[in-house]
Amino acid sequence: MTGSSLSARNLTAGYGDRTVLQSLDLDVAKGGITAIVGANACGKSTLLRTMSRLLVPATGQVLLNGKSIHHTPPRALAQRLGLLPQSPTAPDGMTVADLVSRGRHPHHGMLSRWTAADDAAVARAMTVTGTADLAEREIDALSGGQRQRVWIAMALAQQTDVLLLDEPTTFLDIAHQIEVLDLLVDLNRADGTTIVMVLHDLNLAARYADRILALAQGHLHAAGTPEDVLTSDTVRHVFGLACQIITDPVSGKPMMLPRSRHDRTAPRVMKPLRSVPTKASPT
Amino acid sequence: MTAILHIRRVAIGRPGWLALALAALCLTAVLSVTVGTRAVGWDDIGAALTGGTETIGQAAVALRLPRTALAALAGAALGLAGAVMQGVTRNPLADPGLLGVNAGAALAVVIAIAYFGIDTLGAYVWAGIGGAGAASCFVYAVGSLGRGGATPLKLTLAGAATSIAAGSCVTAVILGRNDIAGAVQSWQVGGVGGATFTGVIPMLPFLLVGLVVGLLSARHLNMLALGDETASAFGVRVPLARGAALVSAVLLCGVTTAICGPIGFVGLIVPHLCRLLVGVDHRWLLPLSAVTGAALLIAADVLGRVIARPAEVDVGIVTAFIGAPVFIWIVRRRQVRDL
Amino acid sequence: MIVSPPRTHADLIPQLSHQRRRRERRRLQIVAALAALLIAGGVLTLMVGQSTTPLHVVLRVLSGEDVPGASFTVGTLRLPRMTLAVLAGLSFGLGGAACQTLLRNPLASPDIIGITAGSGAAAVLGIVMLQWSGAAISVLAIVGGLGTALLIHALAWRDGLSGARLILIGIGIAAMLNSVTAYVLLQAPAWSLQEALRWLTGSVNGARLGQALPLLTALLTFGSLLLVRSRDIDALRLGDDKAAALGVRLGAVRLQVIIGIVGLISTATAAVGPIAFVSFLAGPIAAWIVGPGRPVLVPAALVGAVLVLGGDYAGQFLLPNRYPVGVVTGALGGPYLLYLIVRMNRTGRVA
Repeated sequence: MTGSSLSARNLTAGYGDRTVLQSLDLDVAKGGITAIVGANACGKSTLLRTMSRLLVPATGQVLLNGKSIHHTPPRALAQRLGLLPQSPTAPDGMTVADLVSRGRHPHHGMLSRWTAADDAAVARAMTVTGTADLAEREIDALSGGQRQRVWIAMALAQQTDVLLLDEPTTFLDIAHQIEVLDLLVDLNRADGTTIVMVLHDLNLAARYADRILALAQGHLHAAGTPEDVLTSDTVRHVFGLACQIITDPVSGKPMMLPRSRHDRTAPRVMKPLRSVPTKASPT
Repeated sequence: MTAILHIRRVAIGRPGWLALALAALCLTAVLSVTVGTRAVGWDDIGAALTGGTETIGQAAVALRLPRTALAALAGAALGLAGAVMQGVTRNPLADPGLLGVNAGAALAVVIAIAYFGIDTLGAYVWAGIGGAGAASCFVYAVGSLGRGGATPLKLTLAGAATSIAAGSCVTAVILGRNDIAGAVQSWQVGGVGGATFTGVIPMLPFLLVGLVVGLLSARHLNMLALGDETASAFGVRVPLARGAALVSAVLLCGVTTAICGPIGFVGLIVPHLCRLLVGVDHRWLLPLSAVTGAALLIAADVLGRVIARPAEVDVGIVTAFIGAPVFIWIVRRRQVRDL
Repeated sequence: MIVSPPRTHADLIPQLSHQRRRRERRRLQIVAALAALLIAGGVLTLMVGQSTTPLHVVLRVLSGEDVPGASFTVGTLRLPRMTLAVLAGLSFGLGGAACQTLLRNPLASPDIIGITAGSGAAAVLGIVMLQWSGAAISVLAIVGGLGTALLIHALAWRDGLSGARLILIGIGIAAMLNSVTAYVLLQAPAWSLQEALRWLTGSVNGARLGQALPLLTALLTFGSLLLVRSRDIDALRLGDDKAAALGVRLGAVRLQVIIGIVGLISTATAAVGPIAFVSFLAGPIAAWIVGPGRPVLVPAALVGAVLVLGGDYAGQFLLPNRYPVGVVTGALGGPYLLYLIVRMNRTGRVA
């Protein structure tokens, strides 16, 4: 697998009469890791849902290798494009091995039999995600981080070259967040899987993504490398938050330090920002 | 729509709405006495009110008086019980009918008739209260087990399942006893028709206690609405407050079901209507729910009398037809995660 | 962190395939055992009743031979009753389990969310008001059930379908329809309360072999509609989003499954009445037998048939009075509800 290109053209989407995304154009780096960031209700999840066919756009299209995904048969699409929803639910008492096996669903028709290739894909997915030892455990009995790894294993068993994840780190403590994101980087490096994820934490996004898409009010405000996108201007526009950007001494990536109303004694470099109101007006 | 109602709420105020509800109650009561399967002249009504039963018209009116009184009492009890239950369970879908309380009361009454040879209304009342209490405890216990506590969905499902189970048991009891089928049938379809003043009297002490306890719990319900922890942080003894409120609701529903048979949806829709009018303060909500419930049930009874002349439609069927659409409207309004 | 040194996946493959084969074998064994139980129960109900007929006589009657006495008891009384019980049970079990899986809620069975109430109200209206009978009633019940299902579906739709909203609206509609049924039955002068209650609870009393034909047709048509989709139905248990991500055509599959469910439940309801709780109980009992998380459709159908057959037999011969089967299954539902809640509590899942 060498990754696929995923792009959106003139995409307008929403729920009922409510339009969330306004004529959006974007390209996802082939074989890269892309993070979508933005304030609450800016359309991050809507974008991800539209890109994964869960939501039909009002206008425009999503192209996977140049072909509209909304005109691709669902099963064929599911062999190329995987999605991990925000908080997926597993049926009561289902075991890890059983759940991961469900990832093979798109590779089977109505009557086809389970093959050795299926076993191999499942085994590999579980080994890579470190869930092999959990194979016979019940999902309910796992910790949050383990559970998320199992869900990723399931998406992996699907053997797609694009994987979309909606906030894969929510409800995880910081150690498990790092664990999950490290795993995604491993997958990206090993298989060249194109990874697109919605992330809340700007600093984690800057650290793990090759490219960041910053959304504001349903528009693509900025797109590019973390260094390009993570600037105090962008943060002010997208989140309405005053901040300072420094270089992360650990990773060398940009890092955002929010400014609070109470930070009266800011260092000298902050001077230009002093007059900036905490909540920037939307325009 | 809510915005308009909000303006109106300011415009006529909460005392205004209560006065309006009282006026509606008087109006429906007058309608209930004058309108029926038989049209009656005003002079007959006047004579009947002073005790005359000489003409058929006067006799008909004389029958309608206790019926109106019973409908008013039952409606007030169900309206108040619904408001209290919705407050205690913090559940917008709480209703004695949907939560299986009526079915529990019905089962207890049928068992009392079948196995304890009970045939007086006074004894039905005790059986009804026992059944209503047992069923509400059961449904609430079942609905609040598990993660997430008593969500509207779980409570409603538990109530529906309990109703089905109780219904099956009622059937089982009746099928085993040919001799009591008649007594049960007349009780089950009784509604508020065929009411007599002597039949209404055994209800009164229970209703009075239920009404007073219910109205007194208004302040506590206001605090419980903020959550158990917040309420106890503000000095409310939560189990006691909740217990008292539930006892009043059980008394009110149990008695009503014992006398009138199961009547659904009044307890559900009346508090919702009243909340739109006077907001969420239980000190206003509870009295207004009682008055509105009375007016609604009398109106439903009158409607049942005229809609299929010369036959009568049982008031419980009328309320189901008014209530189910309102129920659906309430469900549709809410966010999925609140269910 | 915490990641134990992964075994190589070559080690894992034989382990996984061994476990999978074991599961499949166990599944086949369970289905075979349930089928054997059903057949044994069927034969037993043909043999034992008020009087006992020896097996060889039963077999002679079944092969079409005319045996004095036995031909009437077995051929006319017991055989239609047994056939109807089995067919209705299969339909209720299969439809109920599919519905619970589709809505991902063990409490969301057709008898609780109003589909049964819709078919029942239509059938009662047809029988009492229009004096229809036979296949016409089946058709009417299907139309009523389908109409109810579509109404509930339409009312529950708001920016997509939520299981919780659908279930609640279904309960509301069911309450309304049940009052219609009760009203119609009470209006019918020829119907005594006992007969009315019998119809409201469901029973296979006075079954005729002719009634089995529409039931069998519906079971074959709608049942296969569900079974060919069983893999997709199974994927739906992971949630709509995840199922769609796995390539399930949500809209098409859901429509097909709803039609299948309604067809099965409505025909069975028209034939034997709404036998309480069978569609509610069959799926979870089957899930308990086959183990959590495994496909339940076929085992659930068999469990449904065993329930109706056993319930009817118990109602006729094992209890002090003769009860219709619905009363027996209805009384089973209460304790089961408790069990379900206790189990839900332990695993921490909210229904």
